[in-house]
Amino acid sequence: MTIAVTVRDTATLAGRVLRHWRQRPVSIALGLLFPVLMLLMFGYLFGGAMAVPDGRYLDFLVPGMVAMTMLFGLEALVVAVTTDAAKGVTERVRAMPVTATAVLAGRCVADLLNAVVGIAVMVVTGLLVGWTANRGLLPALAAVGLLLWLRFAFTWVGTYLGLLLRTPESAVAVQVLVWPVGFLSAAFVSPATMPGWLGAVSTWNPLSATATAIRELFGNPGWHADGWAADHAVALALLWPAVLTAVFLPLAVRQYRALGR
Amino acid sequence: MPYEVSRPPGAGEPVIEAVGVGKNYRGVPALTGFDLTVGAGSVCGLLGPNGAGKTTAVRILSTLLRPDSGQVRVAGCDVVADPRAVRYRIGLVGQHASVDDVLTGRQNLVLFGRLYHLSTADARRRADELLERFDLTAAAHRPVAGYSGGMRRRLDLATSLVLSPPVLFLDEPTTGLDPRARADVWGSIRSLVGSGTTVLLTTQYLEEADQLADRIALIDAGRVVAEGTPDELKAKVGPDRVETITRKPTLDEVFLHLTGNPATREQGAGQRAAGRAS
Repeated sequence: MTIAVTVRDTATLAGRVLRHWRQRPVSIALGLLFPVLMLLMFGYLFGGAMAVPDGRYLDFLVPGMVAMTMLFGLEALVVAVTTDAAKGVTERVRAMPVTATAVLAGRCVADLLNAVVGIAVMVVTGLLVGWTANRGLLPALAAVGLLLWLRFAFTWVGTYLGLLLRTPESAVAVQVLVWPVGFLSAAFVSPATMPGWLGAVSTWNPLSATATAIRELFGNPGWHADGWAADHAVALALLWPAVLTAVFLPLAVRQYRALGR
Repeated sequence: MPYEVSRPPGAGEPVIEAVGVGKNYRGVPALTGFDLTVGAGSVCGLLGPNGAGKTTAVRILSTLLRPDSGQVRVAGCDVVADPRAVRYRIGLVGQHASVDDVLTGRQNLVLFGRLYHLSTADARRRADELLERFDLTAAAHRPVAGYSGGMRRRLDLATSLVLSPPVLFLDEPTTGLDPRARADVWGSIRSLVGSGTTVLLTTQYLEEADQLADRIALIDAGRVVAEGTPDELKAKVGPDRVETITRKPTLDEVFLHLTGNPATREQGAGQRAAGRAS
C-alpha cells in the first residue's frame, strides 16, 4: 500500500519536471544543444590538431562527449534542487504527506529521462558527423546502460550538493567545478598525453572509465597504451558509479531529513 | 488510499496544543518553553518582534521542524510521532511554503492535489473549484511567474486548501502585498474561518491581527508572554493611560509594552525588515 503510494508520488513528481520542459522548451533545448556545440567545436576546431593513433579524432571524441553530457546534467540538477528550496516548493512538499523517498526518487527518475534525451541527441549528432557504433546493437545498448548508470550516480551527487548548498547562486560553484572534473579525464584526449600526475588523476576519473568503456562497446578507436584502468574500463564503469551511489545516496537522504532539524 | 480527514472537533476544543516546546538552533535557543492552545474554529494571532520565535513555532506546529522538547498535537495527532497524519490535516501558507512558478496556476493545483493523493479527476475538479473561488480562473493557464503578488498569494492559499484541512497555518500571509491585495487575502481568510477552519496566523502587521484574530498570543524570546483577546490585552496595558490619552492603546502599544522593546524596534522597521526576510 505504502509502496504503491510512494511509486505514484514519484511518478507525479517526475511528471512535474517533464511539465517544466513543456513550459520552458527554449531553456531545455539550449541545455541539450550545449554538448552538441562542444562536440562540433572540439571536433572541427581542435580536431585537426589531434592525432588519434588508431583512427579518426571525431570517432574518439563522440563517446567521450556523450559521457561528458552525463556530467553536465549535474549542473541542471543542482540548479533545480536549489531553486525548489529557494522558492519554497521543497517546504510545501515537506508539509504534505509525501515521503522523502518519493521526493528523491522523483528527481532521480526525471533526471534519468533527461539523460536519455541527452544521449539520443548526442548519438544523432554523432551519426550526422560520421560517427558509427561498429559492434552492433547489444553492445551499443550496453554502452547506453553504462551511461545511465553513471548518470544515476551523479543524480545522488547533484541532489546532495543541491540540498547542501541551498541557494541557486551557490550552484554556480558546481558549474565551475564541473569543468576541471570533466576535462581531467579521458573524454577529450588520452591521459597518456598528459604530464604524469595529471594523467594518473585523469586515468582514475570515473568519467574516464565510462568514456573508455563505451568506446570499447561502440567499437570506436581508443588511444592505445593506456594501462590497467583502460584494460578494465567496463568493470570500472560498473564499479565507480556503484561507489559514488553508495556514498552519495545516503548523504542525500540524510541531508533531506536534516531539513527538519 | 488517503487518510480519512477528520472534521474539526466541537467548537472551543483545542485543535492546536503545544506544551513546553523547546528548540535550539546550533546551541542558540529559538523556543524556550513555548505553550499555546488554540480552540477549534478560532483564529489565533501569533505576534512578536523579529527573532522572537514565531516562524520556528509555526515550522514545528506544521511538522517542518522537530522540537527538541515538549509535546505538540495538531488536529488530534502528535507532530513528532505521526507527522504524516498531521500533514493530511493542515495547510501551510506563507514565507516558507510556496508554489511552482514555472507551472500554470491550474497545473500547480492539480500537482499538489495529486500529492495529497486525490485521483487525477478529483484533483482537476478540485483545482477548478479553487481557481473559481479565489478568482483565478482567468489566469488558470498562465505560468505563475507572471502572477502579481496578490494572485500568487491567493494561489498559495488555494493550494493549501486542496483537502479542506481543519487547521491552517498562515505565516505572514500578507507580507509584501499592497493594501488591496491584503484586503483580498483577509476576505478569503474570514470566509474560511466562517466555515469552521482553525487558523494560526503570524504577522508583522498589528492591524492584521486586530482585524482577523479572535485571540492573540504575544511571543518574546521564544515563549508566549501574554495571551488573550485583543481587548483583554489592550486592557492589560490600558488603565493608567486612559486618563491621559482619550483613546484605547493601539495594538502597537500593547506590543511594545509587553515585549519591553525600545522604540528602535518600532513597527515600521519591522515591516521593512519583513519585506526581505524574517
